This record gives sequence, C-alpha cells and structure tokens, in this order.
Amino acid sequence: MTEMSKIDTKSLLADVTAFIWAEGAMLDAREYDEWLDLWTDDGLYIMPIGDTVDFQNSVNLCYDNAKMRKDRIGRFHQGFSISSAPPALTVRTLSRFRIEGTEGDLVTVTCAEHVIEDKFGRQRTWAGNIAYTLKSTEGGFKLHQKIIRLLNSDGMLNSFSYLF
Amino acid sequence: MSLDMPKFSDLDALYDEENALVGTAMYEDPDLFDEEMEKIFKNTWVWIAHESEFPDKGSFKLSNVGLEPVIVVRDRKGKIHCMVNRCRHRAATVCEVKKGKTSSFQCPYHGWGYGLDGSLRALPYPEQYGDDFDKAQHGLLKLRTESYNGMVFATFKEDMEPLEEFLGEAVCRYIDLFMKQGGGFPVKVLGEHQFTVPMNWKVQLENTTDAYHFPVVHKSFMQTLDGQTEEMFDFLDKGKGWVEDLGNGHSIMMMIPELEDLDANLGAPIPARFEELAQEIRDEGYPEDQVKKIVRAVGGAGFNLNLFPNVSFSLAFFRVLTPISVEQTDIRHIAIGMDGGPDAANQARIRLHEHFQGPMGFGSPDDAEVWERIQRGTKGGEDLKILVNRGMVDEVDGPNGPRGHISAETGMRAAYKMWKGLMAQ
Repeated sequence: MTEMSKIDTKSLLADVTAFIWAEGAMLDAREYDEWLDLWTDDGLYIMPIGDTVDFQNSVNLCYDNAKMRKDRIGRFHQGFSISSAPPALTVRTLSRFRIEGTEGDLVTVTCAEHVIEDKFGRQRTWAGNIAYTLKSTEGGFKLHQKIIRLLNSDGMLNSFSYLF
Repeated sequence: MSLDMPKFSDLDALYDEENALVGTAMYEDPDLFDEEMEKIFKNTWVWIAHESEFPDKGSFKLSNVGLEPVIVVRDRKGKIHCMVNRCRHRAATVCEVKKGKTSSFQCPYHGWGYGLDGSLRALPYPEQYGDDFDKAQHGLLKLRTESYNGMVFATFKEDMEPLEEFLGEAVCRYIDLFMKQGGGFPVKVLGEHQFTVPMNWKVQLENTTDAYHFPVVHKSFMQTLDGQTEEMFDFLDKGKGWVEDLGNGHSIMMMIPELEDLDANLGAPIPARFEELAQEIRDEGYPEDQVKKIVRAVGGAGFNLNLFPNVSFSLAFFRVLTPISVEQTDIRHIAIGMDGGPDAANQARIRLHEHFQGPMGFGSPDDAEVWERIQRGTKGGEDLKILVNRGMVDEVDGPNGPRGHISAETGMRAAYKMWKGLMAQ
C-alpha cells in the first residue's frame, strides 16, 4: 500500500465519494443492470457474518461472484420472487468516507451506510460499515470488492429484497 | 378478536383432527401462545444445540427452550449441562456472550459465581445470609439434557421419557442417515443465518413439511440452477416421494428417494456439475472411493426430517424455530459440513447454503414473505379454517404411520395431533 502522505487524498476522496454516491443512487433506484456493469469480472460482493476475514471458508449473508450477482439481479427482475415483487423501497445515506490506502490501480475506501427500507407500511433501519476496493480504469472506477458489515450481522436480521 | 372466538379450552375448535382444519386463533391468540409455552415447550424435548457448537471442556453457547434463555455447556469432564440463564439472587443473566469458553459463570450484579455444572460456588460476604444458607439449593435452574448423534435436547419435564424413546426408532434411523452427509467425517456446524419473522411459530412448524409450496414460492431459485439440479428439485412432478407421520409429532418428507441413503449406489458416476469439485478433492490426495463419498455428501440428503416442536433436519442444514411472541418467531438456518474434511468440499457446502438460505438467500426471503402474508391474512375472516387436509384422500398406512403424497399435509397433521395431545394434558 502507498503511504497516505504521498497520495493527493483531497482529489481522490472527491472522486471516490462521487463514484460511491452514484452507486448508492443506482441501488435505491434499482438500476441493477447498470450496477452490474460497474463491476470487474472477478469482483466480489460480500456481506459477512460477524468479524471474519476468511470469507471463503465462512458462512456469509452473501458471497457473490459475477454469476451470483447476475442471478441475484435476474431474480429481482423476473417477477417470480414474491419478496421482490414488489420489493421494499430503500433510501440510503453514505458518509464518513476514508481512504485507507492505494496499491497500483486499486484504492481502498471505507464508509458508513444507513439504509431505511419501507414495505407493508413498515420502516426498518439498517446500519453498516462498508469497505470498497475500487479499480481505476480508463472509463473511471470499477467495483472490485465491496464488503458490507451490518452492525448486527451475527444477530437476528430480517430478509432483504434489495442490495446494500 | 371477538369474544366468541374459540378459546383454547375448546381444543376441537382449534384443531379438528377428523377433517384436518385449524382455527384461525391458532396463529393469533396471545393467551393460547402463553398456554403453549407452558404445556408444549416445558413438557417435551426441545432441541438446543449441536455438539460441535461447543466442542471442548468449558465451551458453551446460549440457546432457548421456548421463551426461556438457557446456557448449554460442557463441564471439565465433558458432560453436557443446560441451565436457565438467570442468577438465583436477583435474576440478572449470568452470561451474555453467545458462544465461547469459560471456567465459570459470574453474575455481574453482586458477583455470585457458578460452576460449569450450574452449582453455586461462591458469593461475596455470605455471612449476612446466616449459617443455614445452603449453596446446594441456589444453583442455576437445571434442565434435563440428552443427546442423539450430536443433536442436544433439553427438557423442563423431570419425568420426560428418555430422548431416544421420544424420537422413536424410525426418527433415529433417519437422523443417522442425515448425518451421513459428513461424508465419513463427523458433522460440524459451519455457521448460521438468523432472521426473525412476524409469524406464529406453527406457521414455521408447518412449512418444514410442506413440499407443495416449493415450485411456487421457489420458482426464482429454481431458475438459477443447472438443468440436472433443477430436475432433482422437481420432486412434485416426479411424484416418487412421500410424507409420513413418524409418531410424537415427527414426520419425514422424502423429496428425493435416491438420496435417502447417501452411501447407496456409490459406484455411480459423479454428476457433471460436481466434476470440478471432485478433481479438487482428488488433488488434495483423497482416494477415488472417498472422493465419491465426499462429493455425494456435499449435496446433502434427500429429505426433511421434522421433529416436534422446534427443529428440522432439512436436506443439508438444520432449521430451528424459537417462539418469541404469538406473532413473532426467530429462525436459524444452521450450515453443517465435514469436520476435518477437504476445504473444497466444505466451501462448496457453504456456497450452496448461502445460495438458498438466510436473509440474502434466493429462497428464504420468499419463504419469509409468505409466512408474514399468512400472519397478515389471518387478521381477516376469523371464522374461516386453515386447511391442512391435503392428501387425506389417498393417504395409505406407511411402516410408521399415515403416508401421503409428497405434497400431502400429512406432516402437519402429525404435528397438530401431537400439539393437541400435549395441550389436552
């Protein structure tokens, strides 16, 4: 990792913040096909349980490679999944961005996420810490890894018909 | 609720056994729920843990027996104890760590200390209780505890019949068959998904023995499977499976009879979808006969074994229900794997688990949605009955009890018959 003092953090912070806000807006608007295009081919979307860092050998809430992401979005789209037809509506806030480091064309960013969902006239609130690994490309950033740790990931949750 | 709603004193109105009709109050009456917690959850064996969740001396985990919070622990000799998580002094919980290892439990309020067997070991300044204070009378409240093939059960009922008698021979045989998915290794808990659903606990009890819903609720899951697996899950059309009452509220739903015994026909070629995994296991140095056994075990068993009142051995995982209130139930989907088996095999099992189960699975959220819809639906038409009579017309006598079509509600009738028996006591 490159030392933080050697990075132009102000400009980079503005760039990654703009990217992550745009991604968050896409998820709230359920622009899922566009969201799929944001990913690198070998990217991973992970929601772990507890504080594990060995995701491959742990039971996660989700551990999505490209195929699982595509299948997940297909499930949302096709209308046969009763929990996502219609889905809960969401409004999310992303903040407290911090660049953790850079290495080659990769930049690691952490932030806080609050999601409020609404369904059946009932609202639920979720809070999580996200660690992004973004890949810098000619066409802008790509999502390479997104790890969302819900505050109560190892507690009693509800079922989710949307993405964090 | 109106005043003329059937009350639990009228058990026939709540469950009409002859016609297999369930009263709406069964899902909604808070008084009935309180009665169930006493008459059912304090009067039978309730599943509390798998032995691999607290493997060592001093290992413990928190669990529940009905509404009662309990600690399950192994003492220094490895003996399993289960006790209510409540200090005998002023009732504070003595443990709030979900799982771990310890040499004792100490109340955070006044420092009363308990041993791994629940006995009161020490308390600060005991003199003020006088000379006749008997520590032996102030241990944590204990439950009887017994295990079968790694599954640990507890009961508040002192004179409850031994666990193996309660389960019965057929259930024990199916548990042994289910545990073959260790692939020659001991079965180990790998992790769990947990979610709470606004539904009565019996909605869940019914669902684990309900094959009828599968192609409807899980259509979107089926569409993400490869052709071979999709065909395997098409057990309603194939019609070879069955549901059978195994007595004491337990039942078996045999969805894929070819996978009743995972050791049968092991000479068969490895299915194409598992070939890559098989090669990974070969590369780890396992001989071919063991590779076949492990690969077969990865896919799980072909049945749901449903035990009254709170656990199901469901294809490849354990499904546990914990009643919270008349309209809320906690669900755990516990992933299992091979203790000491190849990493590739356990990873494959974990990925299969994540695919269907839990809050982000391709199956569970749709289940949770319909369960909640049941609870919402029963707000209307309270004089209407819930039908669990499907498949009565062509039910036959099975080796252990009534046996119906794979989509029959035979398992629900088995559970409700037991429910009624306990509630009548």
